[in-house]
Amino acid sequence: MGLQALFFYLFAFIAVASAFMVIAAKNPVYSVLFLILTFFNAAGLFLLTGAEFLAMILLVVYVGAVAVLFLFVVMMLDIDFAELRAGVLEYAPIGALIGLILAAELIIVVGGTTFSPEIAKGIAMPMPAVSERSNTAALGDVLYTHYVYFFQIAGLVLLVAMIGAIVLTLRHRQNIKRQSIPRQVARTPETAVEVVTVKPGQGI
Amino acid sequence: MDAFISTYVWPGAIIIGQSLLLLVALLLFIAYILLADRKIWAAVQMRRGPNVVGPWGLFQSFADLLKFVFKEPIIPAGANKTIFLLAPLVSVTLALAAWAVIPLNAGWVIADINVGILFVFAISSLEVYGIIMGGWASNSKYPFLGALRSAAQMVSYEVSIGFVIITVLLTVGSLNLTDIVTAQTDGLGTRIGLPASFLDWHWLSLFPMFIVFFISALAETNRPPFDLPEAESELVAGFMVEYGSTPYMMFMLGEYAAICLMCALTTILFLGGWLPPVDIWLLNWVPGIVWFVLKASLVFFMFAMVKAFVPRYRYDQLMRLGWKVFLPLSLGMVVIVAFVLKLMGWA
Repeated sequence: MGLQALFFYLFAFIAVASAFMVIAAKNPVYSVLFLILTFFNAAGLFLLTGAEFLAMILLVVYVGAVAVLFLFVVMMLDIDFAELRAGVLEYAPIGALIGLILAAELIIVVGGTTFSPEIAKGIAMPMPAVSERSNTAALGDVLYTHYVYFFQIAGLVLLVAMIGAIVLTLRHRQNIKRQSIPRQVARTPETAVEVVTVKPGQGI
Repeated sequence: MDAFISTYVWPGAIIIGQSLLLLVALLLFIAYILLADRKIWAAVQMRRGPNVVGPWGLFQSFADLLKFVFKEPIIPAGANKTIFLLAPLVSVTLALAAWAVIPLNAGWVIADINVGILFVFAISSLEVYGIIMGGWASNSKYPFLGALRSAAQMVSYEVSIGFVIITVLLTVGSLNLTDIVTAQTDGLGTRIGLPASFLDWHWLSLFPMFIVFFISALAETNRPPFDLPEAESELVAGFMVEYGSTPYMMFMLGEYAAICLMCALTTILFLGGWLPPVDIWLLNWVPGIVWFVLKASLVFFMFAMVKAFVPRYRYDQLMRLGWKVFLPLSLGMVVIVAFVLKLMGWA
């Protein structure tokens, strides 16, 4: 238990500190790198609670794909730091409001039992113990049975978003030569080469 | 105090000991695989390759190590110093970290976790960071272009690697790497009545996926013919242009550790891990680690041969192969494998 507590405080402290650095860092590239560190520590926290599947998926999806794209974009942008700093105070109240709402929601979720003590009785352990069923299998059990429609709808939402992004950025340029691999493969000497007999002094 | 020692100190010491042992063995293996790479390349081009340091050049890698370590590390004036030095560290640490979950023999694994294959997949998807960070921190054109190429390339090929892994997981029904190997003791061969043999391994039952995985592994580790991030004829040396001495060596070490990891992963997923090719007493008597290393070396031999005789891809062809050929192919295979397993009642 002692070691677990130690790791919990380690991960939690680094996660909070690097989350702060995400907004405090001067260079946006540093911000993204700190964001990645935050994700890492969040994955560590998931591991401590026994949610190993979520921890790994967090790494694969957020760190391995999403943050790469962030980094990609941030590195290519030419950002004017002074201009970026100028607007901070202007948006501070909105940020504070959102933070307040999130904090209130967290408090309600965590302290829900104080508002209505009956809730605690109704909560059953939704998953079997880790030793009986690995949590990948347990997630699969509910995700593809009880929640299959929600799962499919979530997939559809992402698909629509993807198609939207493609439609917005797709631009067909004329006068551009494209490679057609089937046509290249289908070429034979008969279709590609024409043998011409040139008469001397006349040309073609 | 005794309880403290028996619960924390001893297990900790054992884990550290095991990790050090694996690390030393792995680094020695990498030293010789580097030499093998150069020797095979030389043999294909009818050269002799490194043959001066030690008998048949066997100590060449160690001579290179000393040379790199004793050179002066040069950091460009415009570079971002912290990230410039962090990049090779990230690349080598990640490549070595994934080895913690690789089972080399029945029970020979440092961390036998339930989601082993996901861990390896997560780590291999993070390896792109070493390259991006190195390319950006160099503050120079060629490294930056190399880093951008590499980021797009690795993210693209992860998709097909992911789907290939899913087909294997569907047939096995577990994410544990040890389970994946033991599941290959029965397969196509035993179903038609043959004794357990190499015909049961996944390379046969999932044949197209084996090829897709091998090619994607080449792209994922930036090996030729997909070494666009460091294409010397276009980008000098890509993201490594500004690196020299020890940081450069660490990039190379990370790259080869990642290559070895992909060889080991191919062995585990498709070539039956430590299982002997035929289930008879003589071959069963040979320790499993020997089979594992032999199979991984065979896969590496294929990697080296591909490097020697396949010309480099053009970048748009690389992207076409990843998104228009491998993605539909592997996605279709996931559906087909799932249907076959369900309809035949094998799942």
